[in-house]
Amino acid sequence: MADIRVKFKKIFIYLAIACCNGAGDVLLKRGMDNLGEIHLNHWTHIFNAFVDPWIVLGILFLAGFFYAYLTALSWADLTYVLPATAFGYVVTAFLSRFFLHEAVSPWRWAGVLLITCGVGLVARGPSLTDRRQKDPSIAAAKEQHELA
Amino acid sequence: MNSLKLWVAIGMLVLASSAGDVMLSAAMKRIGDLDDIRIRKGLLAVIGHVVREKLFLLGLACLIFSFFCLLTALSWGDASLVAPASASLTYICSAILAKFFLHENVDRRRWLSAALVCVGVLLLVK
Repeated sequence: MADIRVKFKKIFIYLAIACCNGAGDVLLKRGMDNLGEIHLNHWTHIFNAFVDPWIVLGILFLAGFFYAYLTALSWADLTYVLPATAFGYVVTAFLSRFFLHEAVSPWRWAGVLLITCGVGLVARGPSLTDRRQKDPSIAAAKEQHELA
Repeated sequence: MNSLKLWVAIGMLVLASSAGDVMLSAAMKRIGDLDDIRIRKGLLAVIGHVVREKLFLLGLACLIFSFFCLLTALSWGDASLVAPASASLTYICSAILAKFFLHENVDRRRWLSAALVCVGVLLLVK
């Protein structure tokens, strides 16, 4: 029962991180399009970003992402949690194509596919480094077992 | 020239963001399971614990800097290029930093995943 709860928690936090991250980035891009290009000699122009509703909404999504991310980091390794943010690329690619109407080439879709495979690989593994395993032979045996 | 400018912004973003991620991870491990704290003491206690942790504030400063780099880079390039390229390079850089600074067990599975993400990024910029 506890196992199912932990599994559910992992899936939920992975989805929350991925969706909020992808949606947040796309909303920011939508807002920055309204704002126009920022020139280095007029860099203070960047502060106008904070009154654009798209950017404010994007920031809210990224705040949700940040809370989910911190929660995940409190019980899992950084190298376990980071792929969840990588899964956000899939969301970004879909939203860029259908919401921002950017052209996403077949190569980029292939990239998205590879990233998804990488994410799936890590997500199936252990979430936290076992600090008790001092003996390298035991650690190696355990790794073999997990990969099998 | 424009593309060089874009990649410099992405490079700065990656370094700041990786350093920030490693500091946040270390800070969260010091605090303990946030879900447990929230269930026992409520959301305000979680925020209280987090903002009192110095390493968290330092990591946050790095992430805020990287956020400004992201806004700038997004104004120069497509979201479907900038967001994935910067975030996945951050992923590789953070995996290396996590191994050496956080002593995480970055096993074959995790390196293989890092390689897949890296190739994925190369395809994204094509």
